[in-house]
Amino acid sequence: MSKGILYDATKCIGCKQCEQACATENGLPYDDKIAAQEVTSAHKYTAVLTKDDKFMRKLCMNCGDPACASVCPVGAMKKTALGPVTYDKSKCMGCRYCMAACPFSVPKYEWEKAIPGVRKCIMCSTRVAEGKQTACAEICPTGATKFGDRDALLDEAKKRIHDNPDTYLHHIFGENEVGGTSVMLLSSIGFNNFGFRNDLTDRALPMYTYQVLSRIPDFIPLFGTMLGGIYWITHRRQDVAEAEAQEREEREFKGGAR
Amino acid sequence: MTIPRMRFTFWKAVFAVIMVAGVYCTFIRFFRGLGASTNLSDQFPWGLWIGFDVMCGVMLAAGGFTLTAAVEIFNIKRFHSIVRPTILTAFLGYLLVCAALMYDLGLPWNIWHPLIMRNPHSVMFEVAYCVMLYTTVLALEFSPIVLEHFHLHRALKIVRSVMVVFVILGVLLSTLHQSSLGTLYLIMPNKLHPFWYSPLLPVFFFLSAISVGLAMTIFESSMSSKYFGREIELPILRDLGRVLVVVLALYGILKFEDLYHRHVLGLVFVSGYEQRFFLLEIFLSVLIPLGMLLVPKIRENAQGLYLAAVLCLLGFVTNRLNVAITGVESAMGGRYTPKWTEVVITAMFVALGFAIFGFAAKYLPIFPEEKAHAPAMRKPETVMSDFAVPVHAGD
Ligand code: SF4
Ligand code: SF4
Ligand code: SF4
Repeated sequence: MSKGILYDATKCIGCKQCEQACATENGLPYDDKIAAQEVTSAHKYTAVLTKDDKFMRKLCMNCGDPACASVCPVGAMKKTALGPVTYDKSKCMGCRYCMAACPFSVPKYEWEKAIPGVRKCIMCSTRVAEGKQTACAEICPTGATKFGDRDALLDEAKKRIHDNPDTYLHHIFGENEVGGTSVMLLSSIGFNNFGFRNDLTDRALPMYTYQVLSRIPDFIPLFGTMLGGIYWITHRRQDVAEAEAQEREEREFKGGAR
Repeated sequence: MTIPRMRFTFWKAVFAVIMVAGVYCTFIRFFRGLGASTNLSDQFPWGLWIGFDVMCGVMLAAGGFTLTAAVEIFNIKRFHSIVRPTILTAFLGYLLVCAALMYDLGLPWNIWHPLIMRNPHSVMFEVAYCVMLYTTVLALEFSPIVLEHFHLHRALKIVRSVMVVFVILGVLLSTLHQSSLGTLYLIMPNKLHPFWYSPLLPVFFFLSAISVGLAMTIFESSMSSKYFGREIELPILRDLGRVLVVVLALYGILKFEDLYHRHVLGLVFVSGYEQRFFLLEIFLSVLIPLGMLLVPKIRENAQGLYLAAVLCLLGFVTNRLNVAITGVESAMGGRYTPKWTEVVITAMFVALGFAIFGFAAKYLPIFPEEKAHAPAMRKPETVMSDFAVPVHAGD
């Protein structure tokens, strides 16, 4: 069963304990200065964003069909069956196509390092594989960040909106965005207040490139035959011309001899 | 003769300065990392090195496959004498692209990974394979020139006998990766500005590669006639100019139709950041060169052709930079300008390209001196005899 995270901003109190837990889990530095940075970076996989008295969490959406994994030429980014989208630095060659392709600009780079890697939330893949919750969900004191089966979480999100239609924006961010994501967000105000795009397509992004790429195997024999055929025809004409010239010469020679 | 000589030393000095600066920047790049050597950021993971060195590099090398296809496959014999310089440019171009890629990759020593770690769903993977294979094909297409130089007739014969296969393979691979550089961006429907994001991106990249291949050939022939004292093959260049007119017209019409059907034609008339760059691109790449080349007086004239070709090249370079940089700036909420170190490295690769081309043109039989030899009837011996190198270029 694919796992997921449901973050409900209406329950969030902005304590930032998820940030702290994430840093500990992933061996990242954490102090008051980092806590004050309301952006994700190579040393901060999740950030609690503030807008007036409202909050929103930013983390990797762990897309169902992730652009980052689809574009990675060496398969360093991978969607696991359990839900997390993982990264393997030993495979990565640092082309940064994953960063360019991610619709949420999630992957960050270690620009300052001579041997850099991509950094992003990997939905605590090791913990999840061991059957545990993600660190951020485990620590959350109010249940604003909840870990569970994605389907069950989606039903719960729908129920929350249904039961309190005035509290919530009627939109589960991540239900359909770019084909659906493992992390889903609920909010009382528009997601665009926190820098989320509201013009995202519901199609899985990899389909955009796949519909072209998948034609290539069919294209190769057709185009190859066409080129070979043109060669054959154009050079055949040359052969014919040469043969005719020779014939003519011979004929003329004979004619002259007569 | 004093003026050309002075000019030559001047360019040598420029070259030396660029190389010294380049070595210094190389040091910064590999010992202090991408952060110290570039203005790249999490917002702009791709910058000048991808936008120019790779995207434009591959595009500018398109003359190789365009001309080989015309001569070897379509059997247009009158272009034969200019195939070699285009193969040299292409081969050089691809080697430089690969070298430049080593600067841009964060972990360049892993560049071989796609060989064993395959993700066929990745456009980048496909491009990597095509570029790798095509560079090999180019080496083979280039090999007769070297073999001739060293009088290796037997090897020459073998290579010639299988050349058709490589030519077809080369055209196929080029078609695939030239267009795939556009496909790379298909996955960013929400990031790339609608001026450039189109389902037809691969087609535009392919057509523009052909245009650039033709323009580059005109540019190259004009340049080498200037610097190597060769007679300019004006009739050939005129024909190339005509082909360029047709390809540019196709590109222009398709671009118009595409903008129209995606309902962004109106945006062209609304002043804005992207609009200015888009207009610059369209005027330089299509409208002005097309307008010029449609005037017989300009098309028939060496200078006119040269100017149209240069504008066209600049236009399509702008196009690639627009797709790679301008087009994503708004979505990423910022502006990217390359750091001086990035510019120096790029300048270094351009300078290296010119220098190696000049060197190879001087010492290898790139330009057949006499057009009297019908190409089809060439035996190795006759090829050797027209190996008259313009060694006096620098005097
Ligand atoms: S949000 Fe971005 S980084 Fe995360 S899985 Fe989706 S595409 Fe990949
Ligand atoms: S930077 Fe690494 S993880 Fe990202 S696409 Fe390139 S190889 Fe894959
Ligand atoms: S799922 Fe794990 S890695 Fe992701 S934000 Fe939560 S704690 Fe951090």
